[in-house]
Amino acid sequence: MVMDIRAQLSMSFNLDKCIGCHTCSISCKNIWTTRQGAEYMWWNNVETKPGAGYPLTWEDQERYRGGWEVSDGNLRLKLIKGNKLRTLASIFFQPNLPTIDDYYEPFTYDYQNLFNAPAGDDQPVARPKSLITGEFMEKINLGPNWDDDFGGSPLYASNDPNLKGLSDSQKEMLTKFHKLFYFYVPRICNHCLNPACVASCPSGAIYKRGEDGIVLIDQDTCRAWRFCVSACPYKKPYYNWATGKSEKCIFCYPRTETGQPNACAHSCVGRIRTVGVILYDAERIEETAKLPDDKLVDGMRDIILDPFDPKVIEAAKKAGIDENWIAAAQNSPAYNLFKKWRISLPHHPEFRTVPMNFYVPPLSPILHQAKADRGGTFDPESTGFFNEIDKMRIPVKFLANLMSAGNERVVVESLKKQMAVRIYWRRKRVGDISESEVKKALDQTGLTLQDVEDIYRLNSLATYKERFVISETHRESKTTVDPRMMYEKRGTIGFGAKKKEFIGRQW
Amino acid sequence: MNAILFAYMPYVLLMTAIVGTIYRYTTNRFSWSSQSSQFLENRALFFGSFPWHYGIVLVLLGHIIGLLTPSSILAWNSAPLRLYILEVSGLALGLLALFGLLALAYRRLTNNRVKAMTTSWDVLLLIILLIQVATGIGNAILYRWGSNWYAATAVPWMWSVLTLNPNVEYVANLPLITKAHIFNAMLFIGLIPFTRLVHVFVINIYKYLWRPYQVVRWYHRDSQTENIIQYK
Repeated sequence: MVMDIRAQLSMSFNLDKCIGCHTCSISCKNIWTTRQGAEYMWWNNVETKPGAGYPLTWEDQERYRGGWEVSDGNLRLKLIKGNKLRTLASIFFQPNLPTIDDYYEPFTYDYQNLFNAPAGDDQPVARPKSLITGEFMEKINLGPNWDDDFGGSPLYASNDPNLKGLSDSQKEMLTKFHKLFYFYVPRICNHCLNPACVASCPSGAIYKRGEDGIVLIDQDTCRAWRFCVSACPYKKPYYNWATGKSEKCIFCYPRTETGQPNACAHSCVGRIRTVGVILYDAERIEETAKLPDDKLVDGMRDIILDPFDPKVIEAAKKAGIDENWIAAAQNSPAYNLFKKWRISLPHHPEFRTVPMNFYVPPLSPILHQAKADRGGTFDPESTGFFNEIDKMRIPVKFLANLMSAGNERVVVESLKKQMAVRIYWRRKRVGDISESEVKKALDQTGLTLQDVEDIYRLNSLATYKERFVISETHRESKTTVDPRMMYEKRGTIGFGAKKKEFIGRQW
Repeated sequence: MNAILFAYMPYVLLMTAIVGTIYRYTTNRFSWSSQSSQFLENRALFFGSFPWHYGIVLVLLGHIIGLLTPSSILAWNSAPLRLYILEVSGLALGLLALFGLLALAYRRLTNNRVKAMTTSWDVLLLIILLIQVATGIGNAILYRWGSNWYAATAVPWMWSVLTLNPNVEYVANLPLITKAHIFNAMLFIGLIPFTRLVHVFVINIYKYLWRPYQVVRWYHRDSQTENIIQYK
């Protein structure tokens, strides 16, 4: 069997613990995107689900045509139906490109007016000012996290593309105060194995790094053709309207290269994020991306290799993967969550980019909707302490649309396993659950006692070093960077700015 | 006067273009961009960008074919009907480009967001382009069958310039509007390194059409770029 082993950095998010505080977004923004042209960019953003998202309804690929599709057994970019000549034909105007109005017009406020306004009968106000034109804005129509916490809103939540296929009674729950549900989905670039942004770039400016799988845009090669923005189904490359270059999440590679976790993961107050290394077989990316919808998640688990298998270790060493990376892969939270315990899931695998960040689906509020049905009284004796999966407030179908291409089986598997951990610890700590019920939960999910302890540990008590298992990159011995260039961008964030002598702009 | 415009200036402007472009490419590659503003405004752009680019690219292609192989154009024009077809389609494409250019100019000067992104170079470029297209269309209407006399006047003059033996005779007696068209074209070439015009030179069609979809770069392998997946 031909194997092409590669290493990939992967982030996992435990949605059960995300409180939607946006600390991740802020730390990311403070480091990377506080520049002209980048104000509107949130390389890391947190969305309320159900919700319209950022940019608005980005998951609706009928509109944006991002991602891949399989036609005649071939994998093709949905944007151009696999025909590159069509790409070139639409290079002058792209029908599927989102514009700034789908994100939001960046603004600030005229704070000086609060100090300088002449004395009058009314309180002075700070009017909003556009950061693009510098002019006052009539009204702010859209902003960062615009539909934050609007889980029950008919304006935003009901426009969520993931509500397709839900029954009317499930949809009704969206607006019923005692029944409504929402949760948060933090998003960064997925650093896909089959990235559509890379494939669509006419300049070849976007590339995946062989050593750690991080997808980057070469700022000197990007020519503002904007195909990455259209082709990425997650809308994670952003067009910098000031520099005329596209930018995207760089997985904080200056930090990960030195063994530190990404800024977003590091700053997460809920400790929902873990970062780890996974080993995968690059030979099988294409066949995985072509799998039918119901096999996508299993297929993705298949190409991820067991880091303890001696054959894999040997092949990895042969492929030039460093020993400390193999060791990191053996302690990888990403591997454990996704492949070993099978409780995390990819985000929209049906886009067929083989995304490499994984999400643990959220359990609903512990008291199930039966409580709401009976006007608030709840009797654990008759209904069981924990939710039956099919009575959960968050419909499984919704989670499946979000994380498994509609495959409810893998979602239920994950929820049941998480529930088993709860049952086990309820028995251990409170003791009001019988031994047989614990045994039943474990048998049903196939988890061992060790697994349950480990899942509990990782999701609740894990220390910094257990959550972030990142190895330093050994660039010292094999860099191809011209040493004279190495310090050129020191002290900057590395994204250039226009030089004055050629383009007479003010920055 | 003719000597200055058509014997000396061509070299000044050509050298500006060549040296400036190389200098910009080597020292400030980050600035090399088409500076698309579709992200800020995309309705008016549709009516401007499509007609403009398709019109001007095809017309330019005709000029280049005429420059490289004037005999092929003359051979094509030997039958009057074919001459009419060439001239009419050239004029139509010119008008298409003019329409697009006017739409683009209108958009650039009226849309606040696009205006905020507009530099003085952009305005200068728009003026030069407008003059170029207008004089081109003027030529086509006032002095018909340009595809024929172009081969006997401007083409040999361009070759005389390119072979470092400029002969102003070929263009000295052309009408004013034609001379304006030729000189303005050289100004346009001289402007290339200072404006977003550089984007004309970066579409590597060959590389895009035949490269594999995925690009992987390694820092510890010999080749900088290694491609992994060859989709059909």
